[in-house]
Amino acid sequence: MSRNDIESLPPESLAVAMRFLRRNPALVGMPALLIAAMIFTVIVHPAFGSFELQSLALAALPLALAACAQAVVVISGGIDLSVGPMMSVANVLAGSLMVHGSFVGALLWSVLILLVGALEGLANGLLVKISRIPDVVVSLTTGFILGGVALLIMERPGGGAPAAFLDLAAGTTFSEWVPNALIFLVVVVGAVWTPVVRSRLGLLIYATGSDRVAAFRSGVDTDFARLVAYVISGVFSALGGIALTMTTGIGAPLSGTIYTLSGLAAIVIGGVSLSGGKGGIVGPVIAAILLSLIPADLIFLNIDPNYGQVIQGTLIVIVVMAGGFAASWQARG
Amino acid sequence: MSVAHKSSRPSSAETILTYLRRNTIVALLLLLAVFIAGIETVRPGTVTPLWISNTLLFAAPLGIFAAGQTLVMLTGGIDLSVATVASGSAYLLATNASHGTPQAILLGLLLGLLVGLANGVGIALMRVQPLVMTLGTGLMTGGFMIVYSQQMLASQPRIPAFIQALGATKLFGAIPYDLFVWAPIAAFIIYALRRSGFGRLIYAVGDNRVACELAGVRVWRVLLSAYVLCGVLAALAGIILVGGTNASNLSLADSYLLPSVAAVIIGGTSIFGGRGGYSGSIIGALILTVLTSLLTLLDIGEPVKQILYGSIILAMAAAYARLTD
Repeated sequence: MSRNDIESLPPESLAVAMRFLRRNPALVGMPALLIAAMIFTVIVHPAFGSFELQSLALAALPLALAACAQAVVVISGGIDLSVGPMMSVANVLAGSLMVHGSFVGALLWSVLILLVGALEGLANGLLVKISRIPDVVVSLTTGFILGGVALLIMERPGGGAPAAFLDLAAGTTFSEWVPNALIFLVVVVGAVWTPVVRSRLGLLIYATGSDRVAAFRSGVDTDFARLVAYVISGVFSALGGIALTMTTGIGAPLSGTIYTLSGLAAIVIGGVSLSGGKGGIVGPVIAAILLSLIPADLIFLNIDPNYGQVIQGTLIVIVVMAGGFAASWQARG
Repeated sequence: MSVAHKSSRPSSAETILTYLRRNTIVALLLLLAVFIAGIETVRPGTVTPLWISNTLLFAAPLGIFAAGQTLVMLTGGIDLSVATVASGSAYLLATNASHGTPQAILLGLLLGLLVGLANGVGIALMRVQPLVMTLGTGLMTGGFMIVYSQQMLASQPRIPAFIQALGATKLFGAIPYDLFVWAPIAAFIIYALRRSGFGRLIYAVGDNRVACELAGVRVWRVLLSAYVLCGVLAALAGIILVGGTNASNLSLADSYLLPSVAAVIIGGTSIFGGRGGYSGSIIGALILTVLTSLLTLLDIGEPVKQILYGSIILAMAAAYARLTD
């Protein structure tokens, strides 16, 4: 997305549109897939109504934010295995800080929690740079540490937040067919990601992820770009944790654990290349909604919803293999 | 390492650092000694022959995890499915104990073989990144185990006496039985990595895959064998682990994922492949086990323990990266 926006000269609209589609297959494929999945869902479960839509949006919101957190770092050429535990930390922070507060108080606490997320991201980025340990190991370890922090803040599930605050995601303000969770997702992701991707910063992140050596030799401060990517990832993780509080109503120290892996699944399915530099954030978000649809569909089909995890794992592997085949096929042709 | 550095005079510090850089195993042993000294300081009189045999008993599962992880990481990969495989194999063993202990053990190891095979096929033949592949198979295995466990609610999981003895008791009250599993594996892997063609190929593939392919090495065979071995070893570690805890659940080995990677990294094997060996990982596993008991002695809450454990791992890995760079 970003590279197009920045490179594009005065639009020769059709050519530009075609080039855009060629470069961003996920932006066409993912919505098409989502629509197909929705049609399938309605067929197997004709009673699919506004309530089911709301549950879907609630399930998808934290996962979509986890996917965003992961996508930014992976686009910059790294990986962050601490996304899930960071979400837990934000979740228990929100649950314990907001429990007796007002709506405005909850909003102020949210700002603080986002700051904590940014700091965590900064710490990850600095550790990767200074310690010379590979990012997989650093984030695996910081994730382990954050798991301890979450347990330290809140030993067992509890706490809460003002109802008005929860309704920011859990309610339906405009119409029962437009869940607030969906609006929240679009607004929040837009607010964090658009300024980055529209600015030089986005270009730097993509350039660094695409070819670190080439970017460095072209004068890109690659260390800075990676650091920024980790900070943004931390903010997204914190948002995901706050979203968990909104959707579950409480804080729980292990609530975020599954989102490290599911978030990775979402970005892989959503067309972000794990070698960096390729993909955007829309694909992963739609993939997150798709992944959240799977357990619901399994229930509608009378299949054990726990197979959802199996399907998720299978999907990751198949998508990556298909991507590999496509690449080698393109290289040959 | 840093401790050794401080205690010597600046003039000789450089000589010592150079020596440690060339003999990293000595640096690791020093670090191990420092932690053991730490335990002795916190509670004098703790370090006895009994304590040493207990430490070996607890270190064995981690050591076996690290064996598989070492093989895989030497090829430039990583296996993030080891914890799920271990929990799964232990659960399969416990729920099928009524069919006979050997069958139950074989079933558990079979799970490791299958997942390792899937990992190997994906990584070696389909060229999927190891991180994604093992993550995917880990998710799949975990999901299957959850479904399986819900069908198994009726039958009570039971750990066979043989497995309990293997994971929790000692010969003559001195030599842990699980050492009889770990030691041969360790000897075999150290020997194979140093002396056998397969071992040298593991290093070669990790060092430069393209060069290996050009030289006519069937790289896929090397990778496939490494991942299959890693899967089976993880399953074995899970079986010993469940013998020690005597209670089987699906998150049994979850806390072993980080240590399995950390023991190898601290032991000096590069995650990019081609450098390191299993003897370092063994000491890495011992260091982590001693660290755990040190933290337990400190009598602090579980969360603080987790935070300290992670931070110390980061510090050690960073120091090691500095030392060998």
